[in-house]
Amino acid sequence: MDIVYTLWLRSIKRYVRSKSRILGSLGMPLFLLLALGFGLNSVVQIPGAQGAGYIEFIIPGIIAMSVLFTSVFSGIQIIWDKQFGFLKETLVAPVSRLEIMLGQTFGGATTAVIQGAIILVLSLFIGLQFPGISGFLIAFVFMLLIGICFAALGIAIASKMEDMHGFQLIMNFVIFPIFGLSGALFPIENLPAWVRMVTYLDPLTYGVEGIRYGLLGTAAISPVTCLAVLGGSTAVMIVIGAALFRKASI
Amino acid sequence: MTAIHVEGLTKEFDGFVAVDAISFDIEEGEIFGLLGPNGAGKTTTISMLATLLEPTAGTALVNGVDIRGDQDGVRKSIGIVFQDPSLDEELTAWENMDFHGRLYRIPRDVREERISTLLRLVELDDRKDSLVKTFSGGMRRRLEIARGLMHEPKVLFLDEPTLGLDPQTRNHLWHYIKSLNADKGVTIILTTHYMDEADRLCDRIAIIDRGTIIAMDTPEHLKGLIGGDVITIASPDAASIPAVLTAEWITRIDLHDGRVTVHLREAESHIAELVGLLGSHAIEISSVSIHKPTLEDVFLYYTGRTMREEEADAAARMRMMHRPGRR
Repeated sequence: MDIVYTLWLRSIKRYVRSKSRILGSLGMPLFLLLALGFGLNSVVQIPGAQGAGYIEFIIPGIIAMSVLFTSVFSGIQIIWDKQFGFLKETLVAPVSRLEIMLGQTFGGATTAVIQGAIILVLSLFIGLQFPGISGFLIAFVFMLLIGICFAALGIAIASKMEDMHGFQLIMNFVIFPIFGLSGALFPIENLPAWVRMVTYLDPLTYGVEGIRYGLLGTAAISPVTCLAVLGGSTAVMIVIGAALFRKASI
Repeated sequence: MTAIHVEGLTKEFDGFVAVDAISFDIEEGEIFGLLGPNGAGKTTTISMLATLLEPTAGTALVNGVDIRGDQDGVRKSIGIVFQDPSLDEELTAWENMDFHGRLYRIPRDVREERISTLLRLVELDDRKDSLVKTFSGGMRRRLEIARGLMHEPKVLFLDEPTLGLDPQTRNHLWHYIKSLNADKGVTIILTTHYMDEADRLCDRIAIIDRGTIIAMDTPEHLKGLIGGDVITIASPDAASIPAVLTAEWITRIDLHDGRVTVHLREAESHIAELVGLLGSHAIEISSVSIHKPTLEDVFLYYTGRTMREEEADAAARMRMMHRPGRR
């Protein structure tokens, strides 16, 4: 446990120090929130969501997005550690790779949740009603699960990559589809049946709906199902990430 | 006591034999040098001994622990300073040390005491709270050495410890390494392709070329093996010199890189004759020098090539091997 904590501590220290990165990665979600939210608020009517406008509808989606992006990036950062040689220092120590992987995952998840929480707090100023303590807690649980799940995915990807050249590919063919298909920006109930099937295969869908339940009180999928599926996906992702990281060469 | 026992250690990468069945023993408290050109297999050897690479064949015991049987046991008893930098630049010197101490599960009070002691030893205590990215190359190297010592390893691996450092910093580091060895009794294995470094620092040297050890002894014995003196002649028509120099006082002649090295005894008394001989054959001389044999001459003696030629060659071989994709 102390080794996991050591790796976690390092991630947090690095995160707190990179002020430009914190600000930079807030830009895109805020822009989407304002542009889509205010731009489409009067045009789009969400069926079934009585009274709630489009801007409230996408707030959970945008929070999930910033958690997703931050956690995947923090996982992929292992590639930098590889290139700058720091990974060797960690791997030559008498500790297991599982501990290293878990520390890196939890560190990435923590920074991702902080990033999501900043968006959440800012959302309170642009129309989100305070959902009560329990609502917040539910949202946090789902943010944390998204963070762990996708930090582990980032590590799995990084273990297979030699350098940052494949990064664009990963962004365009893995991360954006996960985000786009998750129902972060649109209600999944009215989709054609086959598209809906695809969204059900995306773990982020359950994260988005879970956060939506916590913050708005309504969701397309029951929160218990969300918790079970996302929790299961997270466990699987940790196993895959750990297995690939164990075999990763330096 | 034997600190390291290596037997038939071999590493192959896709059919390319990087280390070819080498065997040697290192005594406790020794400074042992692996000397050879880039690409000779030094780093691969160290990586195997430090459990970062799985050997293809052969065994090695580090502090009596099998590198294949008990990797954690080996890792606990060794420290390593890699050839490439391995610090976290976004952390301070202190934090880099602290991270290392935590990884090796050193209790907090011991950890803090050792960090201050070691940072003082490498004269970085006044910069302990600065981010490593603000450090010069020499400071980083010193910090890495301090870090490698934190868990008090019995054996310290230094892979090209002074690569790319200025002469003054190199001297400084040599001094540290020497005193570490003397004061703490740490066994030190270092790789280098600097002849003077191996000569000044090491108790014993293994000269390694193309994955095999071609000679192993103390620097004095290695140089004594050649005996006598060496005269090096640089000339535009170096190729025609060996045919001219056939006198019986010449023990050996090598031609390489547009230079001729002549091994002989009592060079001072023969130099005039030698220059006269070349003059009478109208061979132009750009420079001529007499010196005692160096490890460079030892390398040349055993391989018939200089280290520089060998490095160019190794680089070409590596490119051939690793052409598809990999860096």
